[in-house]
Amino acid sequence: MEIIMIILASILFATAVYNLLQKQFLRIIIGTALLSHGAHLFILTMGKLKRGAPPVLDEGVANYADPLPQALILTSIVISFGVTSLLLVLAYRAYKLNKTDNMEELRGAENE
Amino acid sequence: MVYAVFAPLIFAIIIPFLSRLKHKIHTGWLILPVPLLIFVYFLQFVGSDFKTSIATVDWIPSLNISIDFYLDGLSLLFALLISGIGALVVLYSIYYLDKEEQIGHFYTYLFIFMSSMLGVVLSDNVFVLYTFWEFTSLSSFLLIGYWHYRERSRYGALKSMLITVFGGFSLLGGLILLTIETGTTSIRGMVEQADVIVNSPYFLLILVFLLLGAFTKSAQFPFHIWLPDAMEAPTPVSAYLHSATMVKAGIYLMARFSPIFSEVPIFFILLSLFGLITLAWASYMAVRQTDLKGILAFSTISQLGMIMAMLGFGTSYAVFAAVFHILNHATFKGSLFMIAGIVDHETGSRDIRKLGGLMTFMPMSATLALFGTFSMAGVPLPFLNGFYSKEMFFESSLGLGGYSGSFVEGLVTAIPIIAVVGSIFTFIYSMYLFFGTFRGKYKENELPKEPHEAPFMMLVPPMILVIGVIVIGLFPNFFNQALITHSADAVYGADVTKDIKFWHGWNSRAFQMSLIVVGVGLLLYLTKKKWDSIYNYFPGRLNLNRVYDWIVEKIESASNKITTFYMTGSLRLYITLIVGTIILITAGTILFTNGSDFEISDVSSISAAEVIISIIMAVAAIGASIAKNRIAAILILGVVGYGLSLLFVLYSAPDLALTQLIVETVTVVLFLLCFYHLPNLTKDTSSIVYKGSNIVVSIAYGLLMMVIGMTAYNSRFAETISTYFTDNAYKLGGGDNVVNVILVDFRGIDTLFEIAVLFGAALAVFGLIKLRQDKGAK
Repeated sequence: MEIIMIILASILFATAVYNLLQKQFLRIIIGTALLSHGAHLFILTMGKLKRGAPPVLDEGVANYADPLPQALILTSIVISFGVTSLLLVLAYRAYKLNKTDNMEELRGAENE
Repeated sequence: MVYAVFAPLIFAIIIPFLSRLKHKIHTGWLILPVPLLIFVYFLQFVGSDFKTSIATVDWIPSLNISIDFYLDGLSLLFALLISGIGALVVLYSIYYLDKEEQIGHFYTYLFIFMSSMLGVVLSDNVFVLYTFWEFTSLSSFLLIGYWHYRERSRYGALKSMLITVFGGFSLLGGLILLTIETGTTSIRGMVEQADVIVNSPYFLLILVFLLLGAFTKSAQFPFHIWLPDAMEAPTPVSAYLHSATMVKAGIYLMARFSPIFSEVPIFFILLSLFGLITLAWASYMAVRQTDLKGILAFSTISQLGMIMAMLGFGTSYAVFAAVFHILNHATFKGSLFMIAGIVDHETGSRDIRKLGGLMTFMPMSATLALFGTFSMAGVPLPFLNGFYSKEMFFESSLGLGGYSGSFVEGLVTAIPIIAVVGSIFTFIYSMYLFFGTFRGKYKENELPKEPHEAPFMMLVPPMILVIGVIVIGLFPNFFNQALITHSADAVYGADVTKDIKFWHGWNSRAFQMSLIVVGVGLLLYLTKKKWDSIYNYFPGRLNLNRVYDWIVEKIESASNKITTFYMTGSLRLYITLIVGTIILITAGTILFTNGSDFEISDVSSISAAEVIISIIMAVAAIGASIAKNRIAAILILGVVGYGLSLLFVLYSAPDLALTQLIVETVTVVLFLLCFYHLPNLTKDTSSIVYKGSNIVVSIAYGLLMMVIGMTAYNSRFAETISTYFTDNAYKLGGGDNVVNVILVDFRGIDTLFEIAVLFGAALAVFGLIKLRQDKGAK
């Protein structure tokens, strides 16, 4: 199963990079969202899958799934949510100010 | 000795305060005692019973860098020149510079220079020497650009800075290699290990590095081009730095290290060859100049070339002559610069074509110039020191040998001829300098000012130097025993005992060469008008300044081109570069180290539900990328997120599934909120190549991550620490949910800052929406 998950994560990464390379702001945000999905799946897969019960202590359970990657991913989900929401509002403001959401046109000052 | 070196530097701090008094008393008077006292201090070492002495101050002992000042004959000669001419230049500048100028700046720079120059010639530690060396470049830069509102000054200052610092860096490279090879930072220690250096594999590199340092500083061909442009500096600076002291730092360096290299043929070849080329080329160029300081600048270059060549000859006679000429050149060239400054000051022009017939107006200056120029030309008169060293130069250029190889033999034959040719031109420009300025027709209408004699005190410094010319000329052997022999000993590494004689007899080859120089030189000078067209025609376009300007311009435009090539401001290009670099470096590493490994063992079973979810997610991810409609794209993206939370459910991660579900929902809502304000997704109208390269980059990145994932999954070097968490979650944390115990107990700090991130994001969102610079706008 892990092989399939790795391939799936790689597809998520590839589509994420493809979206990051687009011109429209919304596309780029979709790219970051896909990238974090891929990363979360990747972390979980690297911690090995289906090795036991959910990590909630219970009588008579010998094997639990690895809790550490889960804790890491939980933190990461929240952070990427924060970043995504900030980027969305940024896109909104940038569009309102510049009347364009084309990254090729949003190039900053003349003498950069 | 330490105080003597650092005294000017300490005074440089006080000078800005002293210069506030400049309307009562010229700052120069207040600081004149400093170089004078240093001169007197060094004078006490002079004598036939000279002993070397050492002074040490710790600086960075852990790196073997301490300020060791080592005074031997060579250092003493230089220290006397620096402090003595320094005092004269300060005196001269009092009359040269107006009180209205920023004289505080001037004297501060000058004193920094004086300290650093003393440091260069006295340092035994190579890194201390290098430090002082760069300080001389820096203070020279400041002094050349003293009239910074003039464009030419800034150009000259920048040029000298670029060239001398280039040489300074290669000198540093050479010194570091020397230190590595010998294991010592002391010059004396290096001289003792001369064979280690000569046999080292880096020997050639060391030699080239040191030569570059010396050639750039001492304005040797082809690095001489900065010196004529440095004439934009005030004349006292030109007299001090660019004739007597700083430009001799390279000479000093070669003299200091020559005991190491003297036995090596390549040293002889390079130093003699470049020295002679410089001598001949610069003396030819000097004849073409029309500016007094221009003539003197090229004359300085040519004389430095002559000294360099003599150091290259390396025989005891040549070394002696080189050291003697260092002293002689400093005296007559210093005085000539000062007189050029006086002429400039009193007539308003330095253009020799406008000057002429000044002898009746400025008899004193003319007399002084007469001695200076004739000494420079090497006219055989028994009271001109220039003649002695010039004749010793001829003498030493004859009968060099001991080296084999046809090139060296050819060079040895050519040396006396080049020497004579160079000296002929020296004679011509010396005569031109004197007779063109002070004799001939007085051109009343061309001068901005009515010419008159300089104030007496302004004439004192050149007078003292000219008296030096004559006294050395009359009593050469007195100076010989007290000073020059000791210096030559230090350079040669063994005892050099020489008598300086004026008369060698008619049969002396050197005297015959001198006669040729005077005869042909006189002939060519008298017919100079006829040759002017040749002088003006050649080298014409073969000007090295054009090469310098071309290089500087090309470097600027090339770096500009490179920067605008990749810094386009396009986010897509930057991401392509970043991702491309990741792919190239990582894939390259994997390929070169044979790091990939697809053999996966210890995998879990495959179930239908997971496969179906995976396929849906993959299709959704691709679909979100190519969807034409923004709502479609957002919703399909949601499918990926919900699919992921389903996977979390399947893989025994209830907390993750919960969070992912909520976060995905909120994200989709946010997307939907924003998209209302954003324009619809447009069709990608860009070219096939553009799209194709995007696809190639993304697929390559996906493949790379796949290889990394497959390989990393297999290589597990240690047991997981998770058993500790499951074992102790209840015992230590008092909770059943291990993930939550990790989040708030074992690794609580992660959570704290994750909250901070969320808080920061919320604040930023608030700020973005609420705060507007343009209050009125929507």
